[in-house]
This record gives sequence, structure tokens and C-alpha cells, in this order.
Amino acid sequence: MSHEPEPSHAHTHCGCATTDRPGRREFFKKTLTIVVGMAAILAPIGVAISVLLDPLRRSGKGERLVRVASLNAVPIDGTPRKFAVVADRTDAWNKYPNTPIGAVYLRRTGDDKVEALNVVCPHAGGFVDYNAANKCFLCPLHNSEFSLDGTILDPKSPAPRAMDSLKVEIRDGEIWVAFQNFRAGTRDKIPA
Amino acid sequence: MSQHPGPAHENDTAKPPPVEGSRYFDWLDRRIGFRQMSREALFENIPGGARWRYIWGSTLTFTFLVQIITGCALWMAYSPSSQTAWESVFYIQNHMAGGWVLRGIHHYVAQAMNILLVLHLMQVVIDGAYKAPREMNFWMGLVLLTLVLALSLTGYLLPWDQKGYWATKVATNIAAITPIVGPGLQKVIIGGADYGHHTLTRFFALHAGVIPFTCVALIAWHVALFRRHGITAKKPLRKRDATFWPDQLLMDAVACLAIMGAVMVLVLMNHGAELGPPADPSDNFSAARPEWYFLFLFQFLKYFPGGTEVFGAIVIPGVIMLVLFLMPLFGNSRRGHRFNVGFLCFLIAGAAVLTWLAIREDRNRPEIVVAKQQAVETADRIKDLANSPQGIPPTGAITLLRTDPFTQGPKLFAKYCASCHRFDGHDGTGLKLKDAPTASDLKGFGSREWVGGLLDPDQVSGAHYFGGTKFKNGKMVKFVTKKVRAFTPEQKAQLTNVLMAISAEAGLKSQKQLDAASTTQIEAGKVAFKDQIGCAECHQFHSKDADASGPDLTGWGSREWLTGMISNPKSARYYGDDNDRMPAFAEEKILDAQSIALLADWLRGEWYQPAEVAGNQ
Repeated sequence: MSHEPEPSHAHTHCGCATTDRPGRREFFKKTLTIVVGMAAILAPIGVAISVLLDPLRRSGKGERLVRVASLNAVPIDGTPRKFAVVADRTDAWNKYPNTPIGAVYLRRTGDDKVEALNVVCPHAGGFVDYNAANKCFLCPLHNSEFSLDGTILDPKSPAPRAMDSLKVEIRDGEIWVAFQNFRAGTRDKIPA
Repeated sequence: MSQHPGPAHENDTAKPPPVEGSRYFDWLDRRIGFRQMSREALFENIPGGARWRYIWGSTLTFTFLVQIITGCALWMAYSPSSQTAWESVFYIQNHMAGGWVLRGIHHYVAQAMNILLVLHLMQVVIDGAYKAPREMNFWMGLVLLTLVLALSLTGYLLPWDQKGYWATKVATNIAAITPIVGPGLQKVIIGGADYGHHTLTRFFALHAGVIPFTCVALIAWHVALFRRHGITAKKPLRKRDATFWPDQLLMDAVACLAIMGAVMVLVLMNHGAELGPPADPSDNFSAARPEWYFLFLFQFLKYFPGGTEVFGAIVIPGVIMLVLFLMPLFGNSRRGHRFNVGFLCFLIAGAAVLTWLAIREDRNRPEIVVAKQQAVETADRIKDLANSPQGIPPTGAITLLRTDPFTQGPKLFAKYCASCHRFDGHDGTGLKLKDAPTASDLKGFGSREWVGGLLDPDQVSGAHYFGGTKFKNGKMVKFVTKKVRAFTPEQKAQLTNVLMAISAEAGLKSQKQLDAASTTQIEAGKVAFKDQIGCAECHQFHSKDADASGPDLTGWGSREWLTGMISNPKSARYYGDDNDRMPAFAEEKILDAQSIALLADWLRGEWYQPAEVAGNQ
């Protein structure tokens, strides 16, 4: 069984004794070693953490008004239709002009009135399908059911809120949608 | 003093009164025995007391740890493919919080490791720490040395910049000259017949996975063997024995802090590690050199004529490594030890001399100096382009450079135009040529200053304009040297308006404000051109003239005019049959349309400029 060194008598596991050391001096030396060692490793660890946490500085794009389709492309009978939302996208260092950034369901509620719903399920972020047979939206992941206006149809649905509606503008027969993604899994509609 | 906890049953009764939290440590210690482990690690006996000469192993372990920490953080942002490697490093360097410091530390600590390795090796050999029974540990150390050099080599390529790309390409080509297995070995290393995505995935896997993993295992073994045999104390022992903790560890910590201090100074002075322009397989970088600690090998290879490189690259380094490996076998005798120390000193001195020769040679070669300067400028340029609103396209940053007149113009000019023309006295890239120019100097082509020089009787027949051409004694030169020289003050004023009008045809971005402020003079110049000072006798200018013998000056110097001129100067619109040696670059399929447009844009000073630079002009 080996022994730890006493404050005033440094021992080694092999039994080679060093000189008597004043406890204070020994304490100072140990503290200094720890402080100097930590100072040496501080910069690499600090800067590694800084880069690791860099994504916390990034926020979503916010609301972007995007031309999605012409009014004629949306069925007049109120059936929702899915459209890709095409806009410029930045992915870290790359910039992609005119690339799909998401999708929306557009549904006519009048001759020149259109409602837009983000296709992303507010439960876990899957893409919601349109079920033509039951005229409702159904998430293929956890079976959340939504009515055509996006409200929760089946109370047992795991989705915490209705599908996310988006602002729509009609300009010269073109449908523009204020596209935005929202955080999944929350009762409130919080921008992602 | 607390008892060292042994097996649980015998230890329970001997425990001191419980301290808050200590029972949790006791619980853990019974299961993993950390107290004994830390005791064994920390209370190593140091015969003769702690000494500065023993710090090298610890500093190497420390720097390796720093590389693992910084390397893991870099790993999280690095993307190994030929379209994303440089780009992700650029993003780390310029857009991530602290990214440039992180990269800088990784870069300079890697260099420090190589220095520390040599110092550690020297200490081990000089102190005789390689002798029996420590042979295995010495050999393991040599393997670790080779692995750290391999880490340096593989890491050099990962940023995928011109320097790393071309220098590593040379290194892997050298691997191909290994007898029998060489070509296959090269393919395996680079992941195919040529450099590409798989070169990066392989180098990255080696750099961040295979080699570090092997190093960790070997370092653990190396340290365990070192502890087994104990430290080789330098005789005579000056002081009483001490323990590793805290005596030697304090010295080690101070040394580590000093190393990190030096590294941080280098990082802050150089704003992190250099990132050159992105790799371009179609554009050789003549100043590509390995990192400084490999320069001696690079220089060494210069002394082996074609067909004998295998001696310089494989045989001689192999023999040197063999001698190093054999050191413990003949180091037990005094003579053998002296040979070992002498051999090592000879190696280090030889490497130092070769490194110095390599640096000196590069400094004395203008083309290398220019290539290095150009690389720095291109690196600055790509930073501007990548930060422009256009950003980096999915095809990679190299696309930005390939379509940038500021970058490509000088290269195209040097290659295709500088055999006759000059640009501000040089070849476009800054290299002064020995031969005298035989065509005009095109710096500022299209500007008022350039046209003013052309219409100056003292300059028109000089080397800057027609001096080296067959038009030296032509109509234009005679017109300027005789008629213009004799102009009345009124005619000279008209001539000034004419040069403004001709220059305005170019529509140069740099002269936009000047042209806008001189509309009256420019209009007067157009009238004077046709009716007053005789230009229209030879040149067309916004009107047809079947008898015109000189180039049509309508739109002179504009992008359209210039691309047409480069494409086919023999066209009737330009010099027709009077053309003096200038090739029809498009007609003769010497250059494609994009290259001609890049050249024209560069000569006209048309390229993207960052907002603040453009705003200052």
C-alpha cells in the first residue's frame, strides 16, 4: 500500500524521501503548477468551445415574401395543392440562388383569396401529406390529423398546435407567401 | 495522511472521518481505483531532482493534447471534398467565432511539435536514454516521430489551397517512385489516379482518425514503458530526489505555458494560419513548397538527377532511419554513443543547411518571389469575392477566381500578350522582362491619360506606344509629331476635347464621374474630331467612311470594341491588312470567348470591388 505525501514530508511510492518542505511552500508550488497548467491549456479549450458554440450566433432567415405560384395553378374547388417555395438560400459558406427552401399548401377560399399553410408538421417537423379521400391533412410520422384550414382534426393527434398558417398576398394574379419556418413541438408558434 | 484504499473489505475500517463528498470518491475509487492510478502517475521519483532538460516529453504530450482539442473543434466545421474543403476552412477562418484563432493554434502548435520532437530526440540520445533496457521505448519514439511527421504531411493538404495541393502532390508523386509498389501505393494514398474527393477523405481519415488513434495508443505505451524503466537521470545528480508532482510538473507546466505563449504571439501576429487561394489543378503554383520542416528534403532532392530520385527520396532517408533505429544496439559502448550523438548532430546540422539553402534559393528567384506575392494577392482577392453578395457558388470558390478579371487578366496577359506588350512596364503579373517591348504598354488603356500620351508628340513614337511596332514611322506618328506639334493654342484646346471624347467612348468605370462632368467638352471633341483637327482623315467616328484607313474609333476602348480587337485585329474595323503581328485570338482559336472577355475587362479595370474599396474610388 503506498502513501500520499504529507504536507510537510514529501514521499514517493518508491520510498525515496525528499527533503522536509515547509507546507506553505509545497502548497504554493502545487497551486502554481495547477494555475500555470490551466493557463497553458486555457486558450485552446476556450477557442474550441467558442467555435463549438458558434451555431448559437446564427438565427433563422425570418419571414421572406416569396412568389410561389400563379393564382390559376391553385384548384378553384378549394382542394389544397402543394408548391415548392423557391428562393435564395445560404448554407454556411455556399449561396444557392433560386433553390427550394421549403413547401406550402395553397388552398383557395374564394376567387382571389388563398390560404397558405407550411407543410411542416408542428409536432416533430415531418412533412404533412394531403389525404384526398378524407379531405384532410395527415402526418405520416405520428398520425396527426389536420383539417383543411390547418386546425387539429383529431384531438388525439400528438401535434401541439395547428399547422402554421402563412400570410398571403395576391399581386397581378401571382401568389406571394410570407414564408417562414416555426419551431416544432411547442404550443405557441415561435419563429425558428 | 490518508491511507491508500485497497480492496474494499480491508479499507473500510482504516478510513479517516468522512469528509463531505469523500464517500462518493471512495465509492468510485473502489470500482476504478483512480487514487492508485493518480498516485502512480504523479509520484514518480525524479533522481537528482526536477530539471529543465526533462521537460520535452511532457511538452510533446501537452502539444498533442492541444492538437486533439483544437482538431476536434476544427473537425466539427471541416468538410473534406474538393468543392468544400477550402470553402469550409475559409468559413472557419473568417466567419466562425474564434475560428481564425483555433486554426492558428492548430497550425503553429503542429510546427512546435516538430521542433519539440527534435529536442526530445536530442535529449534522449545525448543523455543516453535509448540504451538498454530502453531500446523498445526509443524505437517506439521513432515510430511516433514518423507518425507526427505524417500528421503534418496529411494536415498540409486539408485546406486544399494552392500551396498545400501542389506541395502534397509532389510528395505523393515521390511515393510513386518507390520500387515495385510505388504506383499502386500512390493510388491507394490519394484514392485514385488523380487528386480529388477521395484524396481528401483519405487524408482526413488518416489525419484525424488513423494516425492520432495510433499515436494515442503508442504514447500511452511509450509513457508506461518510460515509467517502468524510470527516468534516465543526468549525472552527476545535483540535488536530492524529487517527485514528478509537483516538482517536475511545475517546470513542465511553465514550459507548456511558454510554448502556448509563443504560439499565441505567432497566431496574433499573423492573424491565424495562412489560407492560400483555393487549389486549381489547371494552374500550377510554382512557389508551392512543403512546410519549412520538410524543406531540407525538398532541397535534398534537387541534387539527384533524373532517374536517381529514388536514392534521394527513399534510399538515403531509409538508411538514415535505419541508423537511428540501430542506435540502441551500438550505443552501449562509449565509442558507439559518441557516434550516435555525432550522427544526430550531423543530421540536424545537415537539415539546417539544406533548409537555409532552400530558402535562400527561393529568395533569389524573381519568379518565385512574384508567385508568392501573387498568391498573397489572390488569397486577399478570393476573400473579397467569397464575401461578395454573390457568395461562394456550389461549384466551389475556384469558380469565383476563374471568372474574375482581376485574377485571370494578369495571367492571361503574361501568357498571351506580354511577348510584345507591357502593362506598366511588366508582364501583367509584376515580372519585369529582359526583352524590350515591341508593342504598346496597355496600363490605363482607354483612359484620358493613355490617349493623352498617344497624342503627345514626345511620346507617340516611344516604346510606350508605337515605338516598337511597324507603325513607328506611320501616318499616326507623323501626324502627331509634325502636325500636332505645330498646333495653335486653339487647336490644342480642341485636341484636349478630342481626347476626352475618344476616352469617353471606352466608358471606363474609373472615369465615370470625369466623363459625366465633361459632357460639353466631349460633345465639342466629337465635332472637332470630324471637322477641325484632321482625325477623320483616317479614322471613322460615329459615321461611315469607306476611305478610312485607321481603326474605327466608334466605341473605342469599350468592352465590345476591345473584345472585337483581341478576337480579330485583322478585321476591317481595326487594322485590316495593316495589322502588325497581333494574332486573331478568337479567329485562330488561341483563346476562348470567356478568356478574351476576362482580358478585356481586366484591361478596362472592370471587376468586382468590395463596397468600401469601390466607395473610396
